[in-house]
Amino acid sequence: MGKPSRRQFLKLIGATGAALVVGRGSASATEEHQVNNDTLGMLYDATKCVGCKACMSACKRVNSDFGSLSYEQAPFDSDGLWDAPEDLSGSTRTLIKLFKESEKEWSYVKYSCMHCQKPSCVSVCPVSAMTRDKMTGIVDYNKNTCIGCRYCQVACAFNIPKFQWEKAIPQIVKCDLCKNTNMVKKGITACAETCPTGAIMFGKRKDLLEEAKKRLAENPGRYVNHIYGEKELGGTNHLYLSAMPFKKLGLPVLKHEAPAEFSEKIQHTIYKGFIAPVALYSTLCFIAVKNKKKERADDVEEQDKSGSERKKAETEHGEDVE
Amino acid sequence: MSHDEYQTYRAKILTPSFVVLLVLTLIGFTLIAVRFIKGIGAVSNMNDGYPWGIWITYDVATGTAIACGGYAMAILIYIRNRMHYHPMIRSAILTSMFGYGLAGFSVMVDVGRPWNAYNFFIPSKWQANSAMFEVAVCVMAYTTVLLLEFLPTVLTALEKTQWRTLQLLLDMLYSRMGMERPERIGDRLDKVKDLAAWLKPRLDKVLIFIIVLGITLPTMHQSSLGSLLLIASTKLHPLWYTGFLPLLFLINCMYIGYSIAILESVISCYAFKRPFETRELSGIARIIPWLTVIWLSVVIGDLAWRGQLGAAVSFDFYSRFFLLEFCLVAGGSLLMFSGKKRESIRWLFVSAALIVLGGALYRFNVYLIGFNPGKGWHYFPALAELLITVGIVAFEILGYQVIVKILPVLPKLHTRQQLDAGDVTADKA
Repeated sequence: MGKPSRRQFLKLIGATGAALVVGRGSASATEEHQVNNDTLGMLYDATKCVGCKACMSACKRVNSDFGSLSYEQAPFDSDGLWDAPEDLSGSTRTLIKLFKESEKEWSYVKYSCMHCQKPSCVSVCPVSAMTRDKMTGIVDYNKNTCIGCRYCQVACAFNIPKFQWEKAIPQIVKCDLCKNTNMVKKGITACAETCPTGAIMFGKRKDLLEEAKKRLAENPGRYVNHIYGEKELGGTNHLYLSAMPFKKLGLPVLKHEAPAEFSEKIQHTIYKGFIAPVALYSTLCFIAVKNKKKERADDVEEQDKSGSERKKAETEHGEDVE
Repeated sequence: MSHDEYQTYRAKILTPSFVVLLVLTLIGFTLIAVRFIKGIGAVSNMNDGYPWGIWITYDVATGTAIACGGYAMAILIYIRNRMHYHPMIRSAILTSMFGYGLAGFSVMVDVGRPWNAYNFFIPSKWQANSAMFEVAVCVMAYTTVLLLEFLPTVLTALEKTQWRTLQLLLDMLYSRMGMERPERIGDRLDKVKDLAAWLKPRLDKVLIFIIVLGITLPTMHQSSLGSLLLIASTKLHPLWYTGFLPLLFLINCMYIGYSIAILESVISCYAFKRPFETRELSGIARIIPWLTVIWLSVVIGDLAWRGQLGAAVSFDFYSRFFLLEFCLVAGGSLLMFSGKKRESIRWLFVSAALIVLGGALYRFNVYLIGFNPGKGWHYFPALAELLITVGIVAFEILGYQVIVKILPVLPKLHTRQQLDAGDVTADKA
C-alpha cells in the first residue's frame, strides 16, 4: 500500500528538478539587459575634489523639505547649526569623505546613489516603491508605497539606501538626482551645480563616459586607469575617476554582472507563467484525492471484518511504516 | 478521516507555566508598543548595514521553518498516504498556525511603514521579480489556509458544546445586574451550533483541496525564503551564497518540519503526562535522514563545484559556524539511521533536537552570521529586541497550551498499548 503514490511523488520531484535545470539554461540566453547611455548621471573626479563639502550642504538645503529630511544634530548643538554626518544616513543623501594613506597620498571621495543600470533595489522591492525611470535612468523612491521592509538595503551592494531608525514614521532616504527639486528648477543636480572645482559633472551617461575617457587619455599618470561604474554590476550612472585604487576609497571591487540578473533568472525560471505551481498543485490534488478514495474503500472493507481481524490488519499497517 | 480521532485534553488552564508565559508575553507586547511609539531604533540594534536583525532571522526565516510541522505531516499523510499518522495532524497544524500567524505579526512589527502593506493587494504595485513579494503573498495565503484547516476542530467543538462556561458566566452577569436572563440568548447559541453542524460536512468535502493548497504554498514560499538572499551576492559569505539557496531552504524546512513534529509530540506527551507515540515517531524518524542526506550532499557538492571546500574547513569565524551547522544536522541524522535508537524516545528526542538546531543554525548563518555588509558594520540584538522575540514565542506556546485544553486537538488514546499506558498515568494522577 502506498507504493505507487511514492513512486509518483519521486517522479514529480525528479521532473520538477529537470525542468529547473533545463529552464535555467534557456532563460540565460533570452534575458540580456541593455545599457542605455542616454540616461542621466554624474561623473565625480576625485583628483579635482578639494573636500569643501559644498555639495553636501547644497544637497541638504535643496532637499531638506522633500521627504521629511531633517538636519542631523550633534548632541552639543541643539540649534542644529553644525552638521557633520559620519556616513550616509536617514538625513544625508550625499557625503564627502577623506581617505588618507600617508601625508602625501590621500584622496577625497563622494558617496551617493550609483543609479545602476540594473538596480538591485528596484528588482527586490516587493511593492514597486523603488523604481527606475526608463528615460532618465533615475532610481527613485516613493515613500507612499514603501512598506519599510528594508530589502533594498540588504540588496544594495553599495549600502546606499538608508533608513530612519529613530523615527516612529520612518522612510528610506537616498539620492534621486534632485528629481523633484533642483532638477525641476534648474535642470541640474544641486551638488554638481554648487561644486566650485568642477569635480562633479552632470550629464548624459555617454557624454560622461566620453569625458572620463578623454581625461584618462590626456593625463595617464594622474589617474588609476579605470572608470569606476562603467562596467560594475552591469554599469552605473554615477561614475568615478580617482588617483587612488577605488577599493581604498570604499568602492568595492565588483563583478560586471548585475546581481539582479542572476536572482531574477532563478525566480523567473521557477515561476514562469505560474506553470510550475499550478502543475504542482494539480498533481498533488490528483494523488491526494486518489488516496482519499482508497482510504474510504478500505474503511468499508474494514467495517465488514470482525474485531480480531481488524486488529491484525492494524498491526500489518504498522509494519508498512516506510 | 473521522473527527473522533481526537480529544480535548481536560486539565486546569491556570498553571504556573501559564503565568510565566503570560508575563513574558506581556513584556514582549509592551516593548512592541514602545517600538511603535518611538521607532525601531529605540528597541533594536539593527542598522543600515544589518537592516534585518533577529526578528526577520528568527521569527520569520527560522520560525516558519519550525512551523513546517503541519506541512511535513500533510505531505506524509495525504500525499504519501500514511493515514495512520492522521491523529497527529491537528496538533501539527495548530503549531503551524501559531508559527505562521506570529511570523506575519512579527513582520508587521519589523517593517517601518506597515500601513502601506495594502499595496500587496493592488495589482499595479505587484513586483513579481521580488522574492519578498512572493513570500509575503504566499505566507498570507498559507496562514488563511491553516485557519481553514483548523476550522473543523473548532466546528466539532462548537457542535458538541453545551456552552457551560458561557452559561455560567451569563448567569453570573445577569444576576449581578439583577436582571432576568432573556430567552433569546439561548436561541442564538443554538443557532451557532446549528450553523457549525451545517458547515462541517460541507467543509469536509472541499477540505482535501485546501489541504493540498497547504502543501503547495509552503513549497513555494519556503524555497523563496532562500531566494531572498540571492540578490546579496556581494554580502553573503561564499560558504552559503549559491544558486541552490531555494532548493536548500526547501529541503531544510522539510526535515525541520518532521523533526519538530517529533519534538512537539514528545514534549506535549511529557508535559501532559500522556503515553509517548513511539511507533508513529520512529516511523517519521525513518524519513528524516534521507532528506538530510540529500541536503548534505547538495551542500557538499555545491561547495566542491564552486571550489569552496577549503574555506569550509579553514576554521575561521565563518567556517566554524558552517561546520557546527553541518555537524549538528549530520550527527542527528546518523543517530536516526540506527533502527534501535529510533525505538527509544530519548534518542528520538536528542536526534530530532540536533537536526532542528542544525537546520535553524543554517538559516541564521544565511540571514545573519554569514551576512557581511562591509567594514565597520556590527550587529548583535539588543535586549529589548530579544525580549520582543521571546514574548512572541511565549505567546505561541501559551496559545497552544490553552487551545489543546479547550478544543479536540491531541490524538485520542485509542490503541490498546496506549490505553494500558494511559491507565497507568491515570492511576498516578
